[in-house]
Amino acid sequence: MPLFRDEEYLRVDFEDKEEKDEALWVKCKSCEKLIFKKKLQENNHVCPNCGGYFFLTAKERIKTLVDEGSFTDKTKRIESDDPLNFVDTQAYEERVEENQTETGMFDAIIVGRGEIKVNPLVLAVMDFRFIGGSMGSVVGEQIVNGIERAVEEELPFVLVSSSGGARMQEGLLSLMQMVKTASARDLLSREKLPFISVMTYPTTAGVQASIASLGDVIIAERGALIGFAGRRVIEQTIGEDLPPDFQSSKFALDHGIVDSVVERDSMRDELAGILDFF
Amino acid sequence: MSEEKTLQELREQIEQLEALNSRNGLDLSREIDNLTEKLAEREKDTKEKLEEWDKVNLARHPDRPGSEEYLDYLMEDFYPLHGDRLIGDDGALIGGLAKYNGETVMVIAQNKGGEVEQSQQSNFGMLRSEGYRKAQRLMKLAETFQFPVLTLIDTPGAYPGKEAEERNIGGMIAKSISEMVSLEVPTVAAVIGEGGSGGAVAIGAADRVVMLENSIYSVISPEGCAAILWEDRDKADEAARALKLTAGHAQDLGIIDEIIPEGGSGAHEDFETTADNLDHSLSNHLEELENYEEDQLLAKRRKKYRSIGSFKKVMKKEQS
Repeated sequence: MPLFRDEEYLRVDFEDKEEKDEALWVKCKSCEKLIFKKKLQENNHVCPNCGGYFFLTAKERIKTLVDEGSFTDKTKRIESDDPLNFVDTQAYEERVEENQTETGMFDAIIVGRGEIKVNPLVLAVMDFRFIGGSMGSVVGEQIVNGIERAVEEELPFVLVSSSGGARMQEGLLSLMQMVKTASARDLLSREKLPFISVMTYPTTAGVQASIASLGDVIIAERGALIGFAGRRVIEQTIGEDLPPDFQSSKFALDHGIVDSVVERDSMRDELAGILDFF
Repeated sequence: MSEEKTLQELREQIEQLEALNSRNGLDLSREIDNLTEKLAEREKDTKEKLEEWDKVNLARHPDRPGSEEYLDYLMEDFYPLHGDRLIGDDGALIGGLAKYNGETVMVIAQNKGGEVEQSQQSNFGMLRSEGYRKAQRLMKLAETFQFPVLTLIDTPGAYPGKEAEERNIGGMIAKSISEMVSLEVPTVAAVIGEGGSGGAVAIGAADRVVMLENSIYSVISPEGCAAILWEDRDKADEAARALKLTAGHAQDLGIIDEIIPEGGSGAHEDFETTADNLDHSLSNHLEELENYEEDQLLAKRRKKYRSIGSFKKVMKKEQS
């Protein structure tokens, strides 16, 4: 039972849940200082020493955004049925089950209705812990459900992405979720309902190349990774090293890919402010 | 190769057991049956794997006809349009106005190029941001004048380059999908070689999607998938099988509407038969789609993509 745990923002360890809860201290990846876990939680999972960001689970993210007690979970009770019968180093079916046990989620997203500073909205939040937040049939369906709920109740739609892209284990069905979500997204425009897309670490590949990039307003959280192809693949292709800030939030802002870069602490205020214009 | 070795070992084991069985009067028939069964399963697995991998190789065959050949053969007249009106012209995406069966259509096609020089010009079919923006421009143009849109898909994937990222290639793919799925004209997409992930689906959100028999369509390249999930690029053949990236699987999954047979042992051997079959299919689909009113067409398309996905109800568990 370790007293210290090296909990990185960039990597998710699928360790025993109980054991994880026992760790009182975590190490910040940016400044390498040990931080009292409770203090970190109270500080929105931002390192009190250097301001480095730790991962937020979908649930934690929702807590940092909505008015207390205003969120109702509307996630549809569906799970993957392993349509390809996919096996790599582990059977996909098993992988899903393990991830469900580990996270307590059906899949990599929570969708619900809530309020941000009394602005009602439909909020969908991805969770990177669940197979890299990847978008397969379930995530695609939940996003579309969220959009349809927003249309039905005439509410704005906010999606917080944290995803490596399409889920490989569902093959073409995952690829088609890019079309499915992009198509549903138009429903909002037709009803003149705003869609605000929040990109966090990471918003890449199939998710960045579909629903996440289709926001009326696109916000990047500081410390996000935003891009289509992976850094290593690009470096291998062009035969040169990329600068450290490549595909960072600031990079995205500088290249006109997002509207603003926002600190985690001010995300709630920022969203409330934007929603107020519509 | 190691697979072949395993099979050989199994065969040898069976032979040895059979020899022992007759010599010592022992009853080893159960063991022999078990091993024989195991061998048959392994052989079937290996064959399937090879079949998938063969298709990958056929889809990427250097002599496989590309978009230019099909357009030359199928279109009565073709006036290419160039440029995205912002940065430049992407040689990996050819497109323009064409006459097909006497009617004007908009053609948008991914172009790998043939000879080395052409391939370099067309960046081996890997589109940059400019290519996707050009595709969007042509789609909108087609919509304005009510021309049906025909797309030919043949790309290993979007170009993983520095400038491509600086010019928001992901966002451009998203926009292409979004434009295409909302077009108020009939759209038909044909995968003629490689349908490489997001870079392919960007011009694939059509009313009808067809695939040539030996083409592939996949969420990720088998090599990329093997590198991530197996942490070994050499497991690409295994990944190819797991990804179910052949036309047959795509049809089983309900993603495509038709598999178009190729001539000979593939389009590289018998282009004319393949092109004639493609012609027949495209003509049929366009003709059928002409019967719908715009709003009907769009509603049907939206419904089709709304329903793509495979999942089941959660029985007991609570999301905690």
